Amino acid sequence: MATKVSHGDDAATGSRRTPFLVELYRSALGKKYLMAITGVIFLGYVLAHMVGNLKLYQGPEAFNTYAAYLREMLYPIAPESTILNLMRTVLVIALIVHVVAAVQLTTMNRRARPESYRSKRDYIAADFAARTMRWTGVIVFLFVAYHLADLTWGWVNPAEAGASVYDKVVASFSVPAVAAFYLVANVALGFHLYHGVWSLFQSLGLNNRRFNHWRRILAVAFTVVVVGGNLSFPIAVQVGLIS
Amino acid sequence: MNLTLRVWRQAGPDAPGRFETYEATDISADSSFLEMLDLVNERLIEQGEEPIEFMHDCREGICGTCGIMINGQAHGPQSSTATCQLHMRSFQDGDELVLEPWRTSGFPIIKDLVVDRSAFDRIIEAGGYISVDTGSAPDANLIPVPKDDADLAMDAAACIGCGACVAACPNGAAQLFTAAKVSHLGLLPQGQPERYERVVDMVEVMEEHFGSCTNMGECEAACPKGISIDFIAMMNRDYLKAKFRNRRTA
Repeated sequence: MATKVSHGDDAATGSRRTPFLVELYRSALGKKYLMAITGVIFLGYVLAHMVGNLKLYQGPEAFNTYAAYLREMLYPIAPESTILNLMRTVLVIALIVHVVAAVQLTTMNRRARPESYRSKRDYIAADFAARTMRWTGVIVFLFVAYHLADLTWGWVNPAEAGASVYDKVVASFSVPAVAAFYLVANVALGFHLYHGVWSLFQSLGLNNRRFNHWRRILAVAFTVVVVGGNLSFPIAVQVGLIS
Repeated sequence: MNLTLRVWRQAGPDAPGRFETYEATDISADSSFLEMLDLVNERLIEQGEEPIEFMHDCREGICGTCGIMINGQAHGPQSSTATCQLHMRSFQDGDELVLEPWRTSGFPIIKDLVVDRSAFDRIIEAGGYISVDTGSAPDANLIPVPKDDADLAMDAAACIGCGACVAACPNGAAQLFTAAKVSHLGLLPQGQPERYERVVDMVEVMEEHFGSCTNMGECEAACPKGISIDFIAMMNRDYLKAKFRNRRTA
């Protein structure tokens, strides 16, 4: 019988043990767990982000009030921006884990197939979304960097200094190139979600033959709702529905 | 039937390989794919050329020895079929077939279409067994097994270890093979004592040799036994449970 039991921690003899998540992260399978969990955090975020932005359609006042509320959440129980900064911290940590794990797993996968097939591969099950996760991930990442520089930090925003959040959004989306970038990035996000939402159930071991067909339905519905909402904003600005 | 074969020829593990073109003429549509290769090889031998090395044994689709990448598909175009069970009627007269070996660092090429799959043996050694006491044989059916569990375990046990899952996986991951072995034993009462050691140990060795799963499902589509990726989710769940348990008992 195997005497080698992978308790995983070399520190078992010491008084301190490796934290569970760190130990889990050491294996590729554990990395996938953490990618799925951080993915769920992002799902909650992109859905809330899209729903919040629907207030663009209610006009400047509703939208600016909502933007201000994000800073005032739970005030005066917590000082201003506390909740917002907490959420930002969680998102940044989740992003680091998600991206670093993806890079490490991709390196591992490249090592597993150093020589690719010389003939053309004929994929049967692997769809476009699944095969392009790394690329759509990079596109979304670059977009998020631009998006923050545009609307959070205001570095590249075309509106004049001191403009309201609503005016900044409209000014940004009025530039055709920005609107186009936004559309491309959200289509990439759509592909990423289409595979990611389905895939996370597998990674987390959530599999029951009675419910399995719902995973794809959920992935499609979630993608359509989030991406559909997101795509509508720059289009609405471009056609003059929001100004 | 007349076909054109483009076959990967490689003299040895470290030798450079290349495609060679062969004409396979007068092939019966009822012959198997491997019989077609036998015929091509006999003609090569008659001409004094080196025959194409390929893997085969039982030719009944149960031993898991054969395996060729045919036109970019592991085991060729017919689903749930090993290379040896593929027949030439699956192709059209005049087709060009490209034959390549499985390609992954876990399966180094030995010669032509033959690869070394002993990495699978390393995974099995790590935990793909149950420990039993020796002595007189116990009575049959002494341990009751629920019918549903027995059926599911049997679905996993159908794995013949051919390596098509790794060959087809864009990541070169061996998740389907390992999951089938882990689940096959983990679903049965006899597999319980070592269940949580098994999954951790087998996954550890698997990750030394192969890539990481991204849930594309290409393995399931290539599997000659039609093993479901549901077993991969099952293995993932057992792995997390094992990580928790092993901590508690450490």
